Amino acid sequence: MSTATAASQSPTYVRVPSEPRPRFRDLCRMEWIKVASLRATWFVLIAAALATVFINLNGVHSDLQYLDHDLAHPRGITPDGKVWHFVYDPLRRSLSEIAVQLMMLGGSAIGALTMFGEFSTGQIRTTFVAVPKRGSVVAAKVTVLCTITTILAFVVALISFLGGQAMVASRHVGLSITDHDAQIAIAAYTLVVPVSALVGMLFGAIIRNATASIVGVVAFLFLIPAFFGGDKYRWVVELRHLFPGNAESNLTYWTHDPYTSNGRWPASHLHSWAVLVGWTVVSIVTALIVVKKRDA
Amino acid sequence: MTRRLGSVVPVIELTELTKRYGDKTAVDHLSVTVRSGTVTGFLGPNGSGKSTTLRMILGLNAPSSGAVTVEGRPFADRPRGLRHVGALLDAQDIHGGRSAVAHLKSLAVSNRIPLRRVGEVLEEVGLAETGRKRIGGYSLGMKQRLGIAGALLGDPPVLLFDEPLNGLDPEGVRWVREMFQKLAKEGRTVFVSSHLMSEMEHTAERLVVIGRGRLIADETLVDFARRGSQATVLVRSPEADALSAILAAEGAAVAPAADGGLTVTGLPADRIGELAWRNNIMLAELATGNASLEKAFMELTADSVEYAAGENR
Repeated sequence: MSTATAASQSPTYVRVPSEPRPRFRDLCRMEWIKVASLRATWFVLIAAALATVFINLNGVHSDLQYLDHDLAHPRGITPDGKVWHFVYDPLRRSLSEIAVQLMMLGGSAIGALTMFGEFSTGQIRTTFVAVPKRGSVVAAKVTVLCTITTILAFVVALISFLGGQAMVASRHVGLSITDHDAQIAIAAYTLVVPVSALVGMLFGAIIRNATASIVGVVAFLFLIPAFFGGDKYRWVVELRHLFPGNAESNLTYWTHDPYTSNGRWPASHLHSWAVLVGWTVVSIVTALIVVKKRDA
Repeated sequence: MTRRLGSVVPVIELTELTKRYGDKTAVDHLSVTVRSGTVTGFLGPNGSGKSTTLRMILGLNAPSSGAVTVEGRPFADRPRGLRHVGALLDAQDIHGGRSAVAHLKSLAVSNRIPLRRVGEVLEEVGLAETGRKRIGGYSLGMKQRLGIAGALLGDPPVLLFDEPLNGLDPEGVRWVREMFQKLAKEGRTVFVSSHLMSEMEHTAERLVVIGRGRLIADETLVDFARRGSQATVLVRSPEADALSAILAAEGAAVAPAADGGLTVTGLPADRIGELAWRNNIMLAELATGNASLEKAFMELTADSVEYAAGENR
């Protein structure tokens, strides 16, 4: 080739006049179309939401069988001789931990899917040719993912809470939505889902493979915390408090029953919120870095 | 498809472009300028670094050293790409769970391309009927067409295609060739990779040939063909022995062909015809072999074939 001609031909970039100004909301629309056009997304999210609501309402419903008896005979004595007084915990069943784990599972799967769905199929190259600025693509994914999971989780938390409280309302042991504890619990029950989704996205971005991403995020959210059970060593408890699921259960814990305890060395609410915020930041920042640095 | 490209000079410029994976060099100091207004073929054996080069042009893979610009600046610096470059890298680079319409719509909205373009490009590639079906059920040829539709979506001045003829039926191949030539005539830069010379023969005007990541040739198809050994001519005659003696006397290399004809190297077809006529030898067939380009390609890349099949077994 002749370098001389090449140099003289080498153009200074002239903007194509018809090109419109790039907008972030266009990228959000792109990500929305991508998420919404996959059947798996809706199947996972709706199945998780229905199952969660069912478990919560069914849990309160089964409480009803014993509630009248326990309320009529509230005093009891434990086998080791301690006097005990029945207090109904209005949050434990209506916003149950096992049910929110289904939402966390669904959210993290969708979060992982937004990344591995692109990287494992090669779609990501098509996406990056359309939008070479990778950071904006990740930002749009985060926006769409958090919006969908937050709205859905909020609806699930609200139906679970209001439905549960309505069932026990005639016994006057329910909580009002204006109750401070109730509001914190609903907020935590909601926000742990987008946080899980972002953690899922992080695993998807790092691992890029469908099966391994899902296994990784499930292990992180549900299996690894199980290794840090018990109240024997403080450092074990401290480590346990660093997981999103633990933060959620701490924030939904109802503190007004003097006869139950949240374990030794309980975390403060501030600590639990910081854990949720921390995972949000870590997930977004790490996903941004790996997506920007690695070859697509 | 008639937007005036105006003052934009669509051009791809590679300067000492290099990509290493560990101690393996996939692309080795490659300097090439791809010009507008022609179809440029990008040839090389399997594993010669074509796809890696295309990915670096598109900013998907970062070069280890060197630089590449599209329309004068690195492609990765652009906020949106589809109005600048249309690319089909791998027809499988697509999520199978969506419909073609949803896929193209998601691309169009990201670049603020009017949604009517989705219908237009689907029509253009012949997928208008199947656009609403899931891509997972498409054949490779249909995916190629969808990939081409995606590349055309933003009506870009630069188009890159990595082995676009794979999986296409003969009608599809003809259609793609005509489309490439049409796009080039409109003043666009069309850069098409292939590992088969025969695919490029009727498609490209210029060739960029690489082997083991190094530049072997960057010239017109005509010049490239001259580089190989001289053209072979196939002759068939009832008096094959006599003819072969005459041709050999003229300095040509004559070898028997598989089906009783003669393969002649070193003499053009018109000269062979003339010699036969003068010597009163009847010819049943006289044809110039069109393998010369293929041969030139094979000879030039022979030293740099990455995955050669074993010769002795």
